[in-house]
Amino acid sequence: MQAKVLPYLLLLPATVFLLVFFVYPFVEIAVLAFTRDGGFSLQPLTTMATHWKFGSALGWTLLLAAVVVPIQLAMALSMASIVTKLQRGRNAILYIFSIPLGLSDLAAGIVWLAIFEQSGFLNSLLNGLGVVDQPILFLGYQNIWVIFLAVVLAEIWRATAIMMVILVSGMGLIPKEYYEAGEVFGASPWQRFIKITLPMLRPSLQSALILRTLAAFEVFAVVTALGGTTLPVLMGETYNWQFALQDRNVASAYALVILGISIIATLFYLRVLRVPKGATI
Amino acid sequence: MSAAKTNDVPSTVQSARRAGKFLFWACVLLICAWVLVPIYLLMVNALSSPSQVSGFPKTGLPGFDFSSLQFFAGFSGVGRALWNSVLVAVLTMVLSIGIGAPAGYALSRFEFPGKEVFRMLVVMTRAFPLPLLALPLAVMFIRTGLDDTAIGLALVHTVLAIPFAVLITFSLFSGIPLELEEAAWTLGCNRWQAFQKVVLPLVLPGIAASAVFAFTISWNEVFAAAVLTIENRTLPAFLIQNLNVSPLHLKFAGGAALVVPALIFIFAVRKYLFAMWGIANR
Repeated sequence: MQAKVLPYLLLLPATVFLLVFFVYPFVEIAVLAFTRDGGFSLQPLTTMATHWKFGSALGWTLLLAAVVVPIQLAMALSMASIVTKLQRGRNAILYIFSIPLGLSDLAAGIVWLAIFEQSGFLNSLLNGLGVVDQPILFLGYQNIWVIFLAVVLAEIWRATAIMMVILVSGMGLIPKEYYEAGEVFGASPWQRFIKITLPMLRPSLQSALILRTLAAFEVFAVVTALGGTTLPVLMGETYNWQFALQDRNVASAYALVILGISIIATLFYLRVLRVPKGATI
Repeated sequence: MSAAKTNDVPSTVQSARRAGKFLFWACVLLICAWVLVPIYLLMVNALSSPSQVSGFPKTGLPGFDFSSLQFFAGFSGVGRALWNSVLVAVLTMVLSIGIGAPAGYALSRFEFPGKEVFRMLVVMTRAFPLPLLALPLAVMFIRTGLDDTAIGLALVHTVLAIPFAVLITFSLFSGIPLELEEAAWTLGCNRWQAFQKVVLPLVLPGIAASAVFAFTISWNEVFAAAVLTIENRTLPAFLIQNLNVSPLHLKFAGGAALVVPALIFIFAVRKYLFAMWGIANR
C-alpha cells in the first residue's frame, strides 16, 4: 500500500510548486496581456504592436538568434569533437571550454564592454597597430551594427559552452562499435562524423538547440551592458514597459510575444529533429 | 596508436599526420584563448586604478592598483547587494534540492501512473522563457507580502533551477543499483533507513554538485531579480539598474565580482557537469 502512495507523496512538493510558480504565472501573463482596467481589451496588444520600437525590437531579436545560433552550433560541434578526441589534458581543456557556462549574460556584457568601449582594448590595439589615432566610439547610436556585432560576439562567447556540454555528453552515449565498424568499411573521419555522429546525436542536438534558441530570444543584459537601449530587443522592451513606462499589461503583451516565438521555435526543432520511435540508444 | 606503429608508416603520411596534429592543437589553443583572453582583459581593468581604466591607450597589463575594487566595495549598496545575492542563491539551492530531489528519487525508483505527465511538466519548464514569470508574480507577491524579499526572489529562481535538480537527482539515483537498497531492506532496514544509510552517502557528492549548479543559476539571473526587488537587489540587478549611470571602473569591478565566483563554481562541479547533462538530455 505504502509503495503506491509514496511516489505521489514525493512528487507532491514539486508538482504543487510548479503549478503555483510556473503554470499559474503563465496563465496570468496571457490574462494580463488581454486586459485593461480589469476588463477584456485588446489595447495592450495594439499599444505594443503600434509602438515604434516594437518592430525593431522583434527584428533585432530574431536576427540575433538567426546569426548567433548557427555559429554556436558549428562551434559547439567542433569543440565537442575536439574534446572527445583528446587524450592528454582533457580535463583541463574541458574546464577551460566550459568556463563561460557559469557566467551570466550581464558578466559577459561587461567583459566585452572592456574590449569595445571607447578607451577599451580594441581601440588600444588598433591604436598600437597605427590604424587609428583617436579612439573610435564603437558603441554609439550611429554605430548600431557595431553594437550588434559586439552583442553577437558576447553571446557566442558566453553561450557556446552550454551547447558544447550537452553535445559532449551526447557523444559519450554513442557506442564505440559504430565508429569501429565505420572505420572497417573505410569511412573517413569526416564521413564518420556526418554518417554516425550527427544522426546519433539528434536528441542532444534537439535539446541543445531548443535551450539555446530560447535563451537567444531572452537576450537582455548583454544588450543593456553593451548598447544601453540603443539596440532594442524584446526582453529589454518588456523591462522598459514594466519599469520606465509602468505598464504591466503592455509588458505582459511583450512577454506573450517572446513566449509565442519560443513555442514556435520549440515545435520547429521537435518536428525537424524528431527521433523516430524506438530509435533511441 | 603506439609509437612503434607510427614509425612504420611512410614519411609522407607521417608528416601529414604531424601537420594534422599541429593543426588540432592550434585549434585547441585558439579556442582556449578565445575563452580566456576576454576574462583576462576584464581582470586587467578590475585590477587597475580608475584613471588607468578610463585611460587610453591601454597596455593590456594590470596596474595592480586596488582602488577600483576598493571604490566598488565602498560604493553604497554593493555590500548589501552582494549579501542579497548570496542569500537568494543559498535559498534557491536549498529549495530546489529539497523539492527536486524527492521527485528525482520517485522518478528513478517507482513506476506509477502519471509519471509521464510529471516528466512533461518538468521538461516544459525548460522550454519556456522563465524570467518572464516575474511579471505576474510581482502582483501575487505584493498581495502576500513576499515582494522585495529574498525568499520571494528565491521562489522564482527555484522554478528556473527545479528542472535541473529533478533531472540531475533522477540520474544520480538511477546510477545506484536497486539491489543495494534491497540488501539493506533484507538486513532489517526500513525504506527510510536504507535510504539514509546506503543511498544518501553515495549520492551526496552529486547532490552537492547539483546544489552548486542551482546556486550558479540564481547567482547569474538578472531579469527576475531586477523586476521583483527594489530595496533588496541582488548584485546583477543592482548592476543592471546602475549600468547607465555608473563610472567605467565600477562596472568592471562589478563584472569581476560576478565572474570570479562563477569560475570557482564551475571548477567545483566540473566532474559532474557532463554526467549531469548526459541524462538531463533525455
